[in-house]
Amino acid sequence: MTENTTPNKLDSYRKQESKDEMKIQVISFVSMIVFTVIAFALVGTQLMTGSYLSILLVVLAIVQAMFQFLYFMHLKDKGHGPASASIYGGMLIAFLTILGLGVITWW
Amino acid sequence: MSHQEAIGRNAHKIDPNNIPAEPARATAEGKHKHLGIWIFLGSETVLFASLFGTYIALKNSTAGGPTTQELYGLELVFLMTLLLLTSSLTSVYAIYHMKNNNFKKMQLWMGITGLLGLAFLGCEIYEFAHYITDYGFTFRSSAFGSAFYALVGFHGGHVIFGLSWLIVLMARNAKRGLDTYNAPKYNTFALYWHFIDVVWVFIFTVVYLMGMVG
Repeated sequence: MTENTTPNKLDSYRKQESKDEMKIQVISFVSMIVFTVIAFALVGTQLMTGSYLSILLVVLAIVQAMFQFLYFMHLKDKGHGPASASIYGGMLIAFLTILGLGVITWW
Repeated sequence: MSHQEAIGRNAHKIDPNNIPAEPARATAEGKHKHLGIWIFLGSETVLFASLFGTYIALKNSTAGGPTTQELYGLELVFLMTLLLLTSSLTSVYAIYHMKNNNFKKMQLWMGITGLLGLAFLGCEIYEFAHYITDYGFTFRSSAFGSAFYALVGFHGGHVIFGLSWLIVLMARNAKRGLDTYNAPKYNTFALYWHFIDVVWVFIFTVVYLMGMVG
């Protein structure tokens, strides 16, 4: 069981590959932090107000969510076709659900 | 371990000289688990969408109680966001070590993920207690109260479930080491945990930030 956990027998090409991937993950993490700080700063400093700010906040959230899905959850990698179909399908129904609830509430 | 089990486990052993690129999807079972969690997350998206839609429709129905602007504070929500976002990155590190076949480091980073999740949960419990004791704002205060606690509480419930899942996973596999039998289990958890963070991104945006804007 112990020889199972020795990491030094990975071939160097694969090791480099996953190191490079980790670099991209850290970059996406930093971008997500930046988007979060921008969103909080916009509200905290009251530089913008009203519905334009709300729209901008939602756009920032969607960009952040896509970083999470594509990079952290590897949806951009190959072999993720059915997985993508599931989650994008879910997002479509989610959008229709919120739209429907909005319509019956305000229309 | 019985003889049968020993044979079963050996079939899943990872050859250190030939480590699969994706240990989590090296077996048919692993591939199915991967698709299964994504179908589950797709349906969770719809479930949360209905809670978000309900919240948006009812957030101004305060029945004379506290409004979103009176209740929310940015500092605690920002701290909670950082905690959960960082825990998402630490679980990425755990999967990175899984791909390098380093079980101990994977367990370590999963443990850090759990601690960050626990800190997040502590903040949320503090927040709810603060609303209830200082503002008398409960699930029954108003339609806004019901919608708020249903949405944010349901997310908090997901965090509790995720933490319990992680503890069981880490404890049960502590002595096994990494193989292609438990790699999919860790990967499935990591995907679920990232999804909790995605939902939180929309909660801090739609509930807290847009609630402060009015």
